[in-house]
Amino acid sequence: MKLKISENKRFYTQAIRGKEFGTLPYVVSRICGTCSVAHLTCCTEAVEKAMGVEISEQTRLLRKLALYGLMIRDHAMHLYLFVMPDIMGKDSVLDFDESQHKLVHDAFKVKSVGNDLSKLIVGRAVHGIYSQVGGYTKVPTKDDARKMVKQLKGIRGEVIDLIEIMNDCDFKFERARNFVGLAPKDFSFLEGSIKSSSGVEIPEENYSDYLKRMIIPYSQATGFEFQRNEFMVGALARMNLNKQSLHRDTKKDVRKFLKAFPSSNVYHNNLAQAIEVLHSVDHSIEILQSRAFKQENKVEVKPKECEGVGVIEAPRGTLYYWLIFDKSGNAKYGNLVIPTAQNQVIMASDIKALVQGLIGEDKERIRMEIEKLIRAYDPCMSCATHFLKVNWV
Amino acid sequence: MQRLKVGIFSFTGDEGCVITFLEILNYKFFEWRDLVDIRYCKTLKSKNRMEGLDVAFVEGAISSEKEAKRVKEIRRNCRKLISIGSCAIDGSPSNHRNFFDKARMKEIRPVMKKFRHLKKVVPLKDIVKVDGEVPGCPMLEDAFVKCLEAELKEFGVV
Ligand code: SF4
Repeated sequence: MKLKISENKRFYTQAIRGKEFGTLPYVVSRICGTCSVAHLTCCTEAVEKAMGVEISEQTRLLRKLALYGLMIRDHAMHLYLFVMPDIMGKDSVLDFDESQHKLVHDAFKVKSVGNDLSKLIVGRAVHGIYSQVGGYTKVPTKDDARKMVKQLKGIRGEVIDLIEIMNDCDFKFERARNFVGLAPKDFSFLEGSIKSSSGVEIPEENYSDYLKRMIIPYSQATGFEFQRNEFMVGALARMNLNKQSLHRDTKKDVRKFLKAFPSSNVYHNNLAQAIEVLHSVDHSIEILQSRAFKQENKVEVKPKECEGVGVIEAPRGTLYYWLIFDKSGNAKYGNLVIPTAQNQVIMASDIKALVQGLIGEDKERIRMEIEKLIRAYDPCMSCATHFLKVNWV
Repeated sequence: MQRLKVGIFSFTGDEGCVITFLEILNYKFFEWRDLVDIRYCKTLKSKNRMEGLDVAFVEGAISSEKEAKRVKEIRRNCRKLISIGSCAIDGSPSNHRNFFDKARMKEIRPVMKKFRHLKKVVPLKDIVKVDGEVPGCPMLEDAFVKCLEAELKEFGVV
């Protein structure tokens, strides 16, 4: 079994060079259709930090809502469409029978509310159009906000059911590890310092002192280390590092499930994702209810020679952008670190440990267990430059 | 009644069109369930078959020999092949490298060689016969719904 490099097909590292700062976020949005809003937002933040653009409080809130829409949609897709079949012993939701009818219903209902929230804030669920450097070209009206709140409230029950199912699921794979992630005070995925369960706390812009690219042993693939060690990012990391910052309504309803954290059971990543869906719903409701949005003036940006770092939490973990611009505002260099690449090293060693514990079982069973474990990591196929392939040797 | 046998395939792109398809299912799933048999969609299921498809919906551009071979294989297995999204239709935005300067080409050459990339990233129609297109980046939801519903009629499902 080994890590195989699959084709790095689109050469974005090279493609972003020379792109003008204002269009760059739309270019990188196309790196990943699944989490385009994360790339869009993180890149925009890096541009703003570089150019010294101050964003308004309203813009900050809209960004949080954009990320919440993404989290609801993306976690729901992963949990209902990919994890649930494992739990139900089916190949896919397409094979669910009458007794699982409610689940299929819930799946599409929850997913579509996330989708609608993204549409409201950035214009589309994939490759948003309202977001730009410095702010938003369109903001939700009072009426839009009211309708959205109603929709969000309408899925709380389904989401709590989902949390319960993920909690009852007895899949287990435990191994101690270091967790890394942003720990925002309001659990909003947008800002804060970078923390690790090993006790590190650093400002965003110092990330490269800790996070380093490395060659994965016995492969030609590169992965990442944090403080020279393997580590894990994603919902489980965020929950382990920061569960006290969840929205109060979420905490009230899921108190008993939060006891599971901190956890080093990789399958608790699914439970953590489900809880994050509820938090995203609850905090979005609060923002939309308490705030009247108004059209703000476009922020003028003067290009200059500069560099900046943007860091956010994407659904699968921390996303880093480090951009350097020339004096006319064209990108000279861009360094992107995506969550799936960060998890590669630890995922590979988890699989090794898993297989060692299963020696003697038949191949089909081992293959299914490996797939199930990989699924818990929720790796993103379109942005992973290399991916694990199982070769029997 | 025979359901429409469809496959959803992905080449060089960002899977945004496939995600859009999954979003369309939010409101179409129950209506289409009895009409459409999704035989191939790797994002959705692990047991996939591509033999005897009525319609193959294909996302992404073609960037390597392997992909070219694969899309021809899909073509042989379907009655109609439809390009979804602008990568599949005209190569962009997944064809950045077609416009790289010399310095950049030099940087990426080893990877291109190793994975037998084609000289240029090309749209599907340069490799196989294409019967229809759903434009947009990502593909436009309404246009896809219209397209699929037209195929349901054409193949006599409804
Ligand atoms: S057309 Fe756009 S959304 Fe579709 S695969 Fe290409 S980049 Fe992604």
